[in-house]
Amino acid sequence: MWEYTDKLREHFLNPCNVGAIDDADGIGEVGSLACGDALKLFFKVDDNERIVDVKFQTFGCASAIASSSALTEMIKGKTLQEAEKISNEDIAEFLGGLPKEKMHCSVMGRDALEKAIANFRGDGGKKKEGDIVCECFGITDVEIKRAVNENNLKSIDDVTDYVKAGGGCGNCHDRIQAIIDTALGKKPLEIIKPVRLTNLQKIKLIEETLEADIKPALKQDGGNIELVDVDGNRVYVRMIGSCATCSKSQLTLKNHVESKLRQKVTPELIVEEV
Amino acid sequence: MQVIYLDNNATTRVAPEVVEEMLPYLSEFYGNPSSMHSFGGRVGDKIKTAREQVARLIGASPEEIIFTSCGTESDSTAVRAALATQPDKKHIITSRVEHPAIKNLCEYLAKNDYRVTYVPVDREGRLDLDYLYRSLTDDTAIVSLMWANNESGVIFPIEEVAAKIKAKGILLHTDAVQAAGKVPVDVNASQVDMLSMSGHKIHAPKGVGVLYVRKATPYAPFMLGGHQEHGRRGGTENVASIIGLGKACEMAAEHLDDMQTRVRGLRDKLETALLTQIPNSMVNGTHDRDDRLPNTTSIAYEFVEGEAILLMMNELGICASSGSACTSGSLEPSHVLRAMNVPFTAAHGSIRYSLSSYTTAKEIDFVIEKMPPIISRLREMSPFWQEAAQNQLVGS
Repeated sequence: MWEYTDKLREHFLNPCNVGAIDDADGIGEVGSLACGDALKLFFKVDDNERIVDVKFQTFGCASAIASSSALTEMIKGKTLQEAEKISNEDIAEFLGGLPKEKMHCSVMGRDALEKAIANFRGDGGKKKEGDIVCECFGITDVEIKRAVNENNLKSIDDVTDYVKAGGGCGNCHDRIQAIIDTALGKKPLEIIKPVRLTNLQKIKLIEETLEADIKPALKQDGGNIELVDVDGNRVYVRMIGSCATCSKSQLTLKNHVESKLRQKVTPELIVEEV
Repeated sequence: MQVIYLDNNATTRVAPEVVEEMLPYLSEFYGNPSSMHSFGGRVGDKIKTAREQVARLIGASPEEIIFTSCGTESDSTAVRAALATQPDKKHIITSRVEHPAIKNLCEYLAKNDYRVTYVPVDREGRLDLDYLYRSLTDDTAIVSLMWANNESGVIFPIEEVAAKIKAKGILLHTDAVQAAGKVPVDVNASQVDMLSMSGHKIHAPKGVGVLYVRKATPYAPFMLGGHQEHGRRGGTENVASIIGLGKACEMAAEHLDDMQTRVRGLRDKLETALLTQIPNSMVNGTHDRDDRLPNTTSIAYEFVEGEAILLMMNELGICASSGSACTSGSLEPSHVLRAMNVPFTAAHGSIRYSLSSYTTAKEIDFVIEKMPPIISRLREMSPFWQEAAQNQLVGS
């Protein structure tokens, strides 16, 4: 059964702006009969590039029709520059959310809008960027990468839900996985801005971190840690209790204590046991 | 809101007579049929009656009936039994349009040392018999073919193929989940070795099925456990449902005439009206209506999408199914429609209407009245319909 919001149902049953504009300034077409859904978007703009009229024709499921209707309502009256900023998430949000499996409908809306704007600006004939990965639906690596990065997708199923790639024969699953892996691997780690700390501030922060984040965990295992001295970025500690005799204490020191202190205080810290 | 239920190949309403038959066994008569005391014993007697009722519907002997939990379990048991009892044979033959219960099992087995042949069907969903006969080898352990297809309703000539398959000493299983109760199914006329049935398709509850196993057919249980079903299927019986299924089979036999005449008439009327009133529509399945289940019609509407059609029907309380699961990006039409090579302009817009003995003429008239505006409304939105109209590909 469909898990559609009332708003989505309303836009499906009574869609706004259905039709065509004969003398449209921009036309964007995405999808095909074979793919199972398609959208043709028409708009007219005034001298300030403000969208004064917009119409659509959609072949597809209820959420495809509703997403198209939503898109037209969202961009009507906006300048092209404003309209360009609309993401597929915005379309989904406008409808009160889309089932995950239907996110590709919102992506289709966004793509049609982009194409229509490109058409208006005269670069509509541009070839699709990138190499085709999914032969069944004609989806390129560029499109998949974009969907993965923008929506934080983590699996092939996710990618299929958003851009349909991989939903057909399945031959491209390895390539999609590779794109996801690359995206996940390349994701920049949370960068901790090096803050200029005075020595006193640094020591205080180290003490606080030890108290709040490190000691409780060590105490659970019957151990503890004591701050001995701080010299520049060198932190001298003493392991006590069960930690003092534990064979894994070096591991704990480096993996847990040092990484936590680096995260909370400054990445240059080196922790040493005395 | 009224509900017009034309999705009986998905599941059926439990007949009130069936419910009535079941109720005492959900309350006061809760004994275990395996018990020594007569309190349990009387439950055992009722199961015996149910077994006889089921056997009668398909012309079997009661001892050839094994109660299971569903059609899928029956299918799995049949195929696995054939493989387990003939460990040297590594080949399975089935069709390209089977229910997932067989399809996914075969795909799994194909990855695990077995060779599977999928017999194709033609544009009208009819089995390629030559292909089937050519595929039979000494290595073939079992042929599993559905009696009738759930989506198109096309009936396979099981009786005809059974003779040739059995002449080669190969086991034949048939998934008769859709056929039983809708067309005459006789295990003696057809000589099948194993046959699957499901309760909820014939007005019994969900969660009960039947596997018929011909006497002397090599067999190995799938569910090991107690001595229930003579050790052929362990597990305490789903007593009330089995009793309900017995009653449902008795009623199905009584209603077979109604199905073949009145329901068939309603189906024909619906099909003819929709095809005439809605341009660019076509039947999925053979045009020889006698070779389809009398309750089923699957119609493809060009240039529109099935889920959108279903949702509009849903607004009017009309329940049916589409031939493509528009979930996820797999907007692919079902494997059945693909196997039949339904043109891509229409495959996405297929709707299956499946009737039952409870379907009335008034309901069919309502659907005939409501379908054309739904399709034309969606077509007005469809860019491809506009294109087709401009290119004069649109019929009247």
